[in-house]
Amino acid sequence: MATNVNHSDVIVVGAGPAGYIAAIRCAQLGFDTVCIDNWKDKKGSAALGGTCINAGCIPSKALLDSSDLYDTVKSGLANKGIKVAGIELDLPAMISHKDQVISRLTDKIALLFKSNGIKTIHGSAKLLDGKRVEIKSVNGPEATQTISSDNIILAAGSSPINISTAPTDGEFIVDSTDALNFSSVPKTLGIIGAGIVGCELGSIWRRLGSKVILLEAQEEFLTIADRDIAREACRQYQAQGLDIRLGCRVMSAKKTSKHISLQYEDTDGNHRLQLDRLIVAVGRKPNSGNLFAPEADLLLDENGFVHIDEQGMTNLPGVYAIGDLCQGPMLAHKGIEEGMLVAENIAGKEFKLDYRLIPSVIYTEPEIAWVGQTEQALRAAGEDINIGVFPFDANSRALVMDKHPGLVKIIANAQTDRVLGVHIVGTRASELIAEAVLAMEFSASSEDLARTIHAHPTLAESVHEAALAVDHRALHIPH
Amino acid sequence: MTIEVLVPNLPESVADAVLVAWHKQPGDSVQKDDNLVDLETDKIVLEVPAPENGILKSIDQPNGATVSSGQLLAIIDVNGSEEPISAIDGSPNIGRQAPTLSPSVRRLIKENNLNPSSIIGTGRDGRLTKVDVLNFLETQNNNSKQTTSAQVESANVIENKTPVLTKPGENRPQQRVPMTRLRARVAQRLLQAQQNAAMLTTFNEVNLNSVIALRNQYKSHFENQHEIKLGFMSFFVKASIEALKRFPIINASVDEEDIIYHGYYDVGIAVSTERGLLVPILRDADQLDFANIEKAIAGFGKKVRDGNISVDDLTGGTFTITNGGTFGSMMSTPILNPPQSAILGMHAIKDRPIVENNEIVIRPMMYLALSYDHRIIDGREAVQFLSSIKEYLEDPARLLLSI
Repeated sequence: MATNVNHSDVIVVGAGPAGYIAAIRCAQLGFDTVCIDNWKDKKGSAALGGTCINAGCIPSKALLDSSDLYDTVKSGLANKGIKVAGIELDLPAMISHKDQVISRLTDKIALLFKSNGIKTIHGSAKLLDGKRVEIKSVNGPEATQTISSDNIILAAGSSPINISTAPTDGEFIVDSTDALNFSSVPKTLGIIGAGIVGCELGSIWRRLGSKVILLEAQEEFLTIADRDIAREACRQYQAQGLDIRLGCRVMSAKKTSKHISLQYEDTDGNHRLQLDRLIVAVGRKPNSGNLFAPEADLLLDENGFVHIDEQGMTNLPGVYAIGDLCQGPMLAHKGIEEGMLVAENIAGKEFKLDYRLIPSVIYTEPEIAWVGQTEQALRAAGEDINIGVFPFDANSRALVMDKHPGLVKIIANAQTDRVLGVHIVGTRASELIAEAVLAMEFSASSEDLARTIHAHPTLAESVHEAALAVDHRALHIPH
Repeated sequence: MTIEVLVPNLPESVADAVLVAWHKQPGDSVQKDDNLVDLETDKIVLEVPAPENGILKSIDQPNGATVSSGQLLAIIDVNGSEEPISAIDGSPNIGRQAPTLSPSVRRLIKENNLNPSSIIGTGRDGRLTKVDVLNFLETQNNNSKQTTSAQVESANVIENKTPVLTKPGENRPQQRVPMTRLRARVAQRLLQAQQNAAMLTTFNEVNLNSVIALRNQYKSHFENQHEIKLGFMSFFVKASIEALKRFPIINASVDEEDIIYHGYYDVGIAVSTERGLLVPILRDADQLDFANIEKAIAGFGKKVRDGNISVDDLTGGTFTITNGGTFGSMMSTPILNPPQSAILGMHAIKDRPIVENNEIVIRPMMYLALSYDHRIIDGREAVQFLSSIKEYLEDPARLLLSI
């Protein structure tokens, strides 16, 4: 039964990157802020940081990093004069390290909340009418309290999509969250979905010793990326041993006594696979299903995303939505940006959300990163463009590091020379892309990049050379 | 604490203004009344002063933006703004410089010897981007490709040869400069005037002997009394007004199918400036005496030179007087200033032989021109109106006696 009815300035539902940033910014702006989050860690306690910190960005990057080190040490140091013997994997320790990183970060957020005077409630929130939020305990269905507020920010995030043909059981057929917690390295690992999450998880377990088969429904690999980048990435992944199969429709996946039996169809017909583990990584859906009571009348679109206007407000006055709940790339930095803007809007500003220059990153090795538009999208729009490509194997630093698969591709408007898209496959692409985002924020031309001094020897020089290449003036590739 | 700098109220006839150039950038300290930005309307360039001392916090509209009354231009931080600290040698503190030019822009500016402040920037905070400079160069240096190709084509037809690369017109010096907004607007209105009115001109000549004699007799007295020189314009204004009272149709306007008779006399005095033609208005000129007319005209002259003329000064008017004589024009056909129906043209005063009392004498003569809208003014009224002006000027006593 509803007990206390506390009133605050702002209630934030969800403490993922969008939510916790929004809460901190609201507190900084002087608002009395309450944040409700329902995440339960392995021990059943509260853990702030949402999917990003607990089950997504952070743990995956931790395992990618660890597994990359393992892979490097195991396979390729002899040519640098380092002999290694007796390399072993202690998977529980690797997982435990990942968990430690997670708790370090969730503790950090708890500390930030405390220092900003943000009241935290561990519970499941449901939006009622009249700007009230009902909070239930995470462990049971009984209502514990109802609170109200002048402003509500919904940041409940998203969850992995389940498919009926491969229902997850948390141990053998798993979603991306449980895929980060296998107790042993699967001998054969199937992954449904060769998108960003599928490629990253596939890379982790491949490096740790699994035979990985990626089953992608689309006919082309990584369609969200520029064609050249997707093609290069696919080549690299396949060279590393990832088995990428396109145009595959999974018909069924069942756990038998010994393994998982999966049946899929492609243009060649029916196929059967026997797997030790199966990951379902076909995308994520917004957590809007149980988010509100019917009388709250929150407007969703046909895909379940919460409808918002340019300033982040839903159809209900004073109720905002940010992050994966709303349309747009499901990226933490997009949610963070929205969290900051919505806090400012509550404070009276009228900032508009701007999605033009959001970078995307895939943390495999080589990494993939891009910002702006792809060549295929620009050509389809009939835009007149010039393209400059520079391969990492012409970059001295990449050669030194023995990390030379990759390329930088810069696309500029043919008349104005304005940079429209920058696409990178290669080591450290996640860091290199920042220069491109900044340049594009200032409407840079490829010439601006070409006339900016880049330190030598660096990977960043590839950006410089690609910019020169737009004008057919690259210096380190023959013509 | 921050304050907003808004676009000043533009009068009704002016829809919007173009933001020409910011003189301050975010981070600069500004003093009260410092000119922050120039806004160009159809008629004049407005300056927007800083309302308070402070630091310019942010700019809301970039160079080249179109703005309307009351729109937010900038925000000034007035909290904690200190007096600018002078450097030891007494020179004023330099605020943050204008945004640095990007590398490609620097190269283009240097190669083409350009002045960056003459180019409108469309980048962040009004920064110049490469394309801004490229567009500027294109409008400046465009050779008329159409005429060259047409010439080549006709050459081909005549000579029946395959085209050679020499193009006849290519090396002739030519410079394409876009019209300023003011000139473009003036051009538009002049064209409109010609197209909408049935415009023609009637001429007469006036013997300014009496006026000159009057001036010579009383000029020092006048100047001592009124602290302004007694010029010719006051005579012409007075004469025009008396004539307008006798022929009210000259002071009227056409509106669709109606004639609007104005019960007041707002006389515009056309002034030529380097930016173009400006016509400040003497309001209720019938109620001004000679001295006040001269003072008002001198006042406008100063305002125009100082760049202070306001849109209100230039709006309205029921009749215009233009003086081409200052440049030596002997005779001309002035264009109407819509929606007015008539305009009086004054010209150079030249000693000419005329006949008086059956004798040839030399008198200071001026040709007068009256362009008028034949839709509402008939030839008879136009001619008689101009004759009246001539009579008043040749015998100023008639102005006194209203005859």
